[in-house]
Amino acid sequence: MTAPLSLGPVRPVPLSAINPVAQLAAIGLLLPVLLVSGDLLTPLVVLAAELCLIPAAGLTRPRVLFARTWPLLLGAAGVAWVNVLFGDADAGGWPSALALAVRVLALALPGVLLVASTDPVRLADALTLHWRVSTRFAYGALAALRLVPLLAAEWQTIRLARRARGLEPGRNPVAHVRLFAGTAFALLVAAIRRGTRLASAMDGRGFDSGIPRSNARGSTLRRRDAVFVAGAAAVAVLAVGSSVAMGTWSAVFS
Amino acid sequence: MRLAGWGFRYASRLAWAARDVDLHLEPGERVLLTGPSGAGKSTLLHVLAGLLGPDEGEQTGVVTVDGVAPRQARFRSGIVFQDPDAQLVMTRAGDDVAFGLENAGVPRELIWPAVDAALAQVGFPYGPDRPTGALSGGQKQRLVLAGALAPRPGLLLLDEPTAQLDPAGSALVREAVARAVAGRDTTLVVVDHDAGSWLPLVDRVVELRADGGTVEHGAGWAPAPLRMPVRSPRAAGELLLTAEDAGFTHRGTDLPALLPSDVAVPAGRTLAVTGPNGAGKSTLALLLAGLRGPTTGQITAGRRLTAGLRRAERPPHRWPADELVRRIGTVFQHPEHQFLTGRVRDELALGPLRSGSGDDDARRRAEELMERLGLAALADANPFTLSGGQQRRLSVATALATRPAVLVLDEPTFGQDRHTWAELVALLAEQQDADRALVLVTHDAAVVAALADDTLALRPASEPVPA
Repeated sequence: MTAPLSLGPVRPVPLSAINPVAQLAAIGLLLPVLLVSGDLLTPLVVLAAELCLIPAAGLTRPRVLFARTWPLLLGAAGVAWVNVLFGDADAGGWPSALALAVRVLALALPGVLLVASTDPVRLADALTLHWRVSTRFAYGALAALRLVPLLAAEWQTIRLARRARGLEPGRNPVAHVRLFAGTAFALLVAAIRRGTRLASAMDGRGFDSGIPRSNARGSTLRRRDAVFVAGAAAVAVLAVGSSVAMGTWSAVFS
Repeated sequence: MRLAGWGFRYASRLAWAARDVDLHLEPGERVLLTGPSGAGKSTLLHVLAGLLGPDEGEQTGVVTVDGVAPRQARFRSGIVFQDPDAQLVMTRAGDDVAFGLENAGVPRELIWPAVDAALAQVGFPYGPDRPTGALSGGQKQRLVLAGALAPRPGLLLLDEPTAQLDPAGSALVREAVARAVAGRDTTLVVVDHDAGSWLPLVDRVVELRADGGTVEHGAGWAPAPLRMPVRSPRAAGELLLTAEDAGFTHRGTDLPALLPSDVAVPAGRTLAVTGPNGAGKSTLALLLAGLRGPTTGQITAGRRLTAGLRRAERPPHRWPADELVRRIGTVFQHPEHQFLTGRVRDELALGPLRSGSGDDDARRRAEELMERLGLAALADANPFTLSGGQQRRLSVATALATRPAVLVLDEPTFGQDRHTWAELVALLAEQQDADRALVLVTHDAAVVAALADDTLALRPASEPVPA
């Protein structure tokens, strides 16, 4: 009844060659640097390094890149704007607002890169094999993720079914809210039903039966993964180092 | 597999879901389980698969698989349910088949040969890298079957495996099951609403009776023929709805969901829309029902429908909802999508109230419909707690409550047993005698034979990849 939506495997891009846990480790290295730094130069160096990876994540077409990053750009611009409007003028005005926006971008962009380059199945494999994340959690989440597009289709159907019963909000904002709440409730009921059926199907296939689970695909950590993490560490050192050398370093919590 | 004096009662229910069941199966035997809905067929399969235990309810008698309790024999049985989308876990075909093997802790070097064997066994036409989201319903269900077969279970349980598929998809699944059990090393238990199609494949037919106990049917058993309604075809009346070149393409996709189609819906006639999954049957139903606007062509309403509308020149999808329900009624495939209130009585009064009937009028209409459709005893019940057959009758009744001239129904006989099927078809036949036009979207050839005056067979925009 509704648009064909599906969660498919992610098309491999050059960055997919890096194991997802190595990508997460790299993010883990850069995160504290970005959270602590209060100047403009530090996040700018990190952001520059991240921008270099965009082609490797397959985001070469401007339209695709924009589709993936516009909420992020909007968020960064919003943060900067609010800071200029309501921030203390002594606290730095425009330069500090700009630093904040760059930090937001540098913090969020790795997430975009990870999602663009990582197949959810490979991520679950890597997390369970290398970091001993519980298989119950990782593969349960994976199965639930498959249901999301189906629920989007179901949302549309429920909305149309309501119009077929004579329910339409028209111009009344209160009616809009009530209709939305009603549709959301119907969707919740549908989601629970489908989730229950999925859980019993997984149970029927012996999921979480107490036997140690094997893995059909495996997940290997190679030299290039170590190089990638070392690269991230180097970027972190370079960012802080250049900022200190330029005399602009200021920690947020000092 | 052995059951002796077996019964089961869900923890939340007073009535027994099944009782006094005696059944003994030799390895390699193939059995079809029949019986009215509510006789406990599905419960029995859940128990055999080890999915229902003491935590879920109370059990009597003995049930063993390979001499042990079903829960201990978990990896010796495989089960397939009706909705393939609620059974696939992974994004690629091969990974999904491997899922059960991984759970059983099978070493990696043994997994892939087993996956390839299972895919070949069910005749899956694509490679293991095929994204699962891009498969048709029949192929998805084949993949689910391969996943159940990969750990080489001694017992294969099928719970309505073809209920959600079109005839071509159902045939694919039956063919795959036939291949899988050909070697006689798998015992098979099937529950399916379409009992007749499984007869060539099974050795025995066992009926679970609604009041407990079992009946073994002899060779040559066939399901009782469906009760067909008596109808007198009428001449086509006034044209109520016309579709000219009406087609639909979802935003962001290139492939049309419905190719431009011409349809005429005259009063007093029943039109059946048929065709394989993906041909756009449901989409056409939404267009005719005034719930979506076509992206090409147009839908026009006849004078009898537009009478009294403030802006009669507008197409149905631009009509206000309260005007729409008095003219075109729609029944969706899943009744729960349409229920809006907590009581059957309120559910029936809602449409008339929304479309401007007075309170007394709406109540009277609700009582009248409950009486006619045998729902009076359930007036205060919550619609979500009704049985499948009752829900279906209620959803048709809610559409009739506003006395629309056109009734659009999407798969109205879906999931009905023979008894509720006959009731529903009789109800629909009556509507046509009331000079209503009916549009039925359906896979069910019997309902077409029983009701349709005209048939429109839709074809998909692109032929599906050969199976």
